[in-house]
Amino acid sequence: MTALLEIDNLWVEGKPPGSDFRPIVKGVSLSVNRGEVLALIGESGSGKSTICLAALAYARPGCRFAGGKVLLEGQDILALDSEDRRPIRGAKVAYVAQSAAAAFNPALTIGSQVTEIALVHEIMSATEADRRAVDTYRRLDLPTPELLGGLYPHQVSGGQLQRLMAAMAVSCDPMLLLLDEPTTALDVTTQIEVLTAFKAIIKQQQSAAIYVTHDLSVVAQIADRIIVLNDGMIMEEGTTKQIVEQPTHDYTKTLMKAVRPPPRTTVKTGAIRDDPSADTTPVLEARGITAGYGRVKKKIVLWDVDLKVSSHQVVGVIGESGCGKSTLARVISGLLPQVSGEIVHKGTVLPPAVAARRKAQIQSIQIVFQMADVALNPRQRVRDIIGRPLEFYMNMGASARRERVGELLELVELPRDFAARFPKELSGGEKQRVNLARALAAEPDVILCDEVVSSLDTVVGAAIIDLLKDLQQKLGVAYVFISHDLSTVASFADTIVVLYAGRVVERGPTMDVLSPPYHPYTRLLLSSVPEIRPGWLEDVMKTREAISGISREVELTDVGCPFFARCPLAIEGTCDTQAPPHREPAAGHLVACHRELDDLTGDIIQH
Amino acid sequence: MTSEVQAPEMAAGAAPGSRGFQTAAWIGASILGLWVLVAIFAPLIAPYGQGELLSDESFAVPGNVGLLGGDYLGRDILSRVIFGARMTLGLAAIITVIGFGVGIALGFLAAVAGGVIDTVLSRSIDAIMAFPSIMLALIIIASLGTSMTVLILTIAAIEATRVFRVSRALAMDIAVMDFVEVARARGEGLWWIMLREIFPNATGPLAAEVGIRFTYAILFISALSFLGLGVQPPNADWGSMVRENLQGLLFGSTAPIIPAAAIATVTFSVNLIVDWYLHKSNRDISDEILQ
Amino acid sequence: MLTLIVRRLMLAVVVLWVVSILVFAATEVLPGDVAIAIMGQQATPDALEAIRERLGLDRPAPVRYVEWLGGLVTGDLGISLANSLPGFEVKVSDLIGERIDDTIRLAALAALVSVPLSVMLGLIAAMTAGSRLDRGIQGATLCFLSVPEYFVAAILVIFLAVQLRWFPVLSSFRTGLTFWQMLPALVLPVITLTISVMAHMTRMTRAAVLNVLASPYIEMAILKGVGRSRIILLHALPNALAPIFNVIALNLAYMISGVVIVETVFNFPGMANLMVQAVAVRDIPLVQACAMIFCTAYVGLNLTADLLSIVVNPRLRHPR
Repeated sequence: MTALLEIDNLWVEGKPPGSDFRPIVKGVSLSVNRGEVLALIGESGSGKSTICLAALAYARPGCRFAGGKVLLEGQDILALDSEDRRPIRGAKVAYVAQSAAAAFNPALTIGSQVTEIALVHEIMSATEADRRAVDTYRRLDLPTPELLGGLYPHQVSGGQLQRLMAAMAVSCDPMLLLLDEPTTALDVTTQIEVLTAFKAIIKQQQSAAIYVTHDLSVVAQIADRIIVLNDGMIMEEGTTKQIVEQPTHDYTKTLMKAVRPPPRTTVKTGAIRDDPSADTTPVLEARGITAGYGRVKKKIVLWDVDLKVSSHQVVGVIGESGCGKSTLARVISGLLPQVSGEIVHKGTVLPPAVAARRKAQIQSIQIVFQMADVALNPRQRVRDIIGRPLEFYMNMGASARRERVGELLELVELPRDFAARFPKELSGGEKQRVNLARALAAEPDVILCDEVVSSLDTVVGAAIIDLLKDLQQKLGVAYVFISHDLSTVASFADTIVVLYAGRVVERGPTMDVLSPPYHPYTRLLLSSVPEIRPGWLEDVMKTREAISGISREVELTDVGCPFFARCPLAIEGTCDTQAPPHREPAAGHLVACHRELDDLTGDIIQH
Repeated sequence: MTSEVQAPEMAAGAAPGSRGFQTAAWIGASILGLWVLVAIFAPLIAPYGQGELLSDESFAVPGNVGLLGGDYLGRDILSRVIFGARMTLGLAAIITVIGFGVGIALGFLAAVAGGVIDTVLSRSIDAIMAFPSIMLALIIIASLGTSMTVLILTIAAIEATRVFRVSRALAMDIAVMDFVEVARARGEGLWWIMLREIFPNATGPLAAEVGIRFTYAILFISALSFLGLGVQPPNADWGSMVRENLQGLLFGSTAPIIPAAAIATVTFSVNLIVDWYLHKSNRDISDEILQ
Repeated sequence: MLTLIVRRLMLAVVVLWVVSILVFAATEVLPGDVAIAIMGQQATPDALEAIRERLGLDRPAPVRYVEWLGGLVTGDLGISLANSLPGFEVKVSDLIGERIDDTIRLAALAALVSVPLSVMLGLIAAMTAGSRLDRGIQGATLCFLSVPEYFVAAILVIFLAVQLRWFPVLSSFRTGLTFWQMLPALVLPVITLTISVMAHMTRMTRAAVLNVLASPYIEMAILKGVGRSRIILLHALPNALAPIFNVIALNLAYMISGVVIVETVFNFPGMANLMVQAVAVRDIPLVQACAMIFCTAYVGLNLTADLLSIVVNPRLRHPR
């Protein structure tokens, strides 16, 4: 039997603005058999999406096919003209885009878009297509399947929209499904929800699929075979088991190494350990911070948040998006003055607004932002970017500055001659290093790291984390490390603060917080950390946290415990009306929950 | 043409063929350069003085009076157009500079300072922009009478409101970027943020706006002169030359058309340059919908 | 959505109120003695006193503003200074009344021609972006938006009226003609106005549609195998409607400037012509009244665009 899809020596060229065409896919050959799930894995710029779209004979604007064949059931679809490609698209090969929010037309109802493929290809009647759509919604566990078709895209949540896109893709039973990073833009818990749905639908459909992603743990859950791509070429190809367990190519090994093992959740042994935050005077403290946005009527997003950073320590702040993590960083740095509470630096209470703080106070707390791309002024050279704090805080002269910029570049493991470059001449990882060097230039006591690796590729991000650890050893600087990725935080932080909907739900030394995890939200986060182990996805979905907590969004509430709606142990009438009491399993460890500690620790999944 | 709506996006295009745009821009630049030279060296180039009466005949045909004919008083049209270039281009340049300076300064200030300053500035500008710009000019001229100062300040003020809108929006977009946040967190003052962080990143879009505003100033001042409310005799700009010779149309004379055409060549050449500039930042659309 | 519409309507009223204050302030409170400004430096003290009294200048400005606004709302627009003689007063409302119809005819006709034409041209240009046709349209509109209205008018007159004698040379209008009597003389002004408005409208429509065509949901539709015409009509157009409405309103508002120029070129006896004459002789009550009418039209057009954009926005039509 011939393969369903065969790509033979495919070359695709792209035209970056202002320059000539250059190859972005360089002679890739692959095949997909019927019913098989092939994963294309690689970092950004590896050409994985471009190859995926070639299965639809589609080249993005600015790209063109430069050579090779794409055979679908033996027919070269690149040779077809535009009109003849149409019957293939949607009907035989269907596409699921990365961002459903952008790929759904805001002006049309969901139903009309889901059934459109069947109608334009005249595969079914409108009534039959509608009936099938409702069936699919039901199979995907979407709420109110009968009414869903009449809604507009903005009326449903992001996770639901992503599943609806899957419903659209399978509406005509395509032979091949193309999934282009369909979970990348989602929160960890939502990712699990969507991934489960996709896995189920692929299984039920029995169609072949190409799954494009940069995330090895996602691939391990869903793919039969993996192709590793780098720079438009195939590095390694093999079954999922082979690649995950015995990668041969160096590049694959780097990819594997960059994936952090999940934090270990062992039952506490009762050994006496030092509480790192108890005995040293904190270098930075946030006390009862309440803050919000809006000029006249503030929308409060942080309630009574406490945080303590000892010198040379790393405090991890963790939570899903919308939990107030970045807001906390902005309050500490003085960018967003708090409504109440105080920021204390080495025993001195700081004025809320940065403009009112003294230079030395500002200097000692530096902030590094998430998006390396926009955190550097594109019109300034690296030497000006790093040199400015030296001039601003220390009045350093030009020649001393030049020397110091060179040292700082070396400190973040960049060549000295990068000083003359503009940000656009740097890669994402290099930009983030310059970002860090700028913060270090002020010689601060504390650096606030706001999601500093989440916009980077895994390998690059792992290198930045290693650098951060290194610098901490060398310089003794403290970090407030904000992230939504528990495995990164766990590998790195001395203490952890778990934020949910603007409130601290658990706080304490890392080991205490994670083993055993007490608060149901901590447990949900912990179980959502993706693992490369095949079968992990199924295991997660069996946990009680996942059953009640997955596929819900973070909602801000004024009263009671904000986690009430997603909590498997919620007590009606108590949790939704009263603020939870603070429990202390150990000194310096705090859990905000109405339940007794013993109620919380049962039913842990053990690996 | 005095326009209410020359937003920068109006000329944004997605057409490929950058070379065509580039050639057009070169042509535009050459024509504009030529006019600037003409304006500077007008007394050396013009064959006659601008008030010199050459004939008793109104609307003399070319050849009888000068190369391009005579006007309603029998003066040389060519010489008057050459001198008119000084008035029109000079006024437009002054207006653009003032309008831009004030507009950018206030726009950036509103964006960076925010709060009460932004609210007060934005609402005041909104109030002014609730008028069609020509109405605003007519009202001011009705109450103050017309003079060079009134003209320059009125049109510059109208320009400044448009520049304010554009530069405030631009600065708002830039001000939320993390690198500006970093500067704020560093404790930098307003001036540093406006001049060093925001301005260098706004020069691109603002450059196109300069061109748009310059053509607008030319068209606006000519329109007022054409209505008899702008430049007053004995001074003459191109707009007033169209007005004084308008009756010539009845006899099929080209006297009113030549100064109008002069205006058109300048604005057209500036628009060619602006178009090329905006074209460089085009957007991507699949060929499969475009045919 | 309803609250949003009500809020917009109220905002428009507030804007008009602010406009009225500014119109009043600009023409009455600005420096200089209005009486001298009107009568000239050589006026006798008696004449000045008389005019001050007639304008009520002896009373405080806020009182006069309230009276003026009251008159405005009830249709009493005051007395035209320039057209009145002692003992023979000409009401501003009468002057405007006999002119306003013609201006509305001119503008409405130009709108009727230019709107469908330029939206269509803009759509065609967007759908064929990069082609010869598109470049032709782009080039032509660039030309037209560079040339002043009076240039277009002059060329039209030379060729169509003087050389070919198809239309009357520089309109020989009287007021009070019926629409059909007026029509031949209306053709050239309407063409001039249409050309000058169309350039912007076409280009902005094109930009709005291209903007929509670059969205990911359009790519998604292509990848679903949806045909080109269906993509344009069903997927792109509904999303381009709001920006197109805005484009139309903006350009119709722009027509107010165009009308002022065109009426002067063709010596068309409309309201804009009346106003320009009033400005020249500084007939303040007449200028104020004309300005308020034009500004109301302007605010009204912008309001209409806002309301239409609200109505076609699915997010506002179907709240979460």
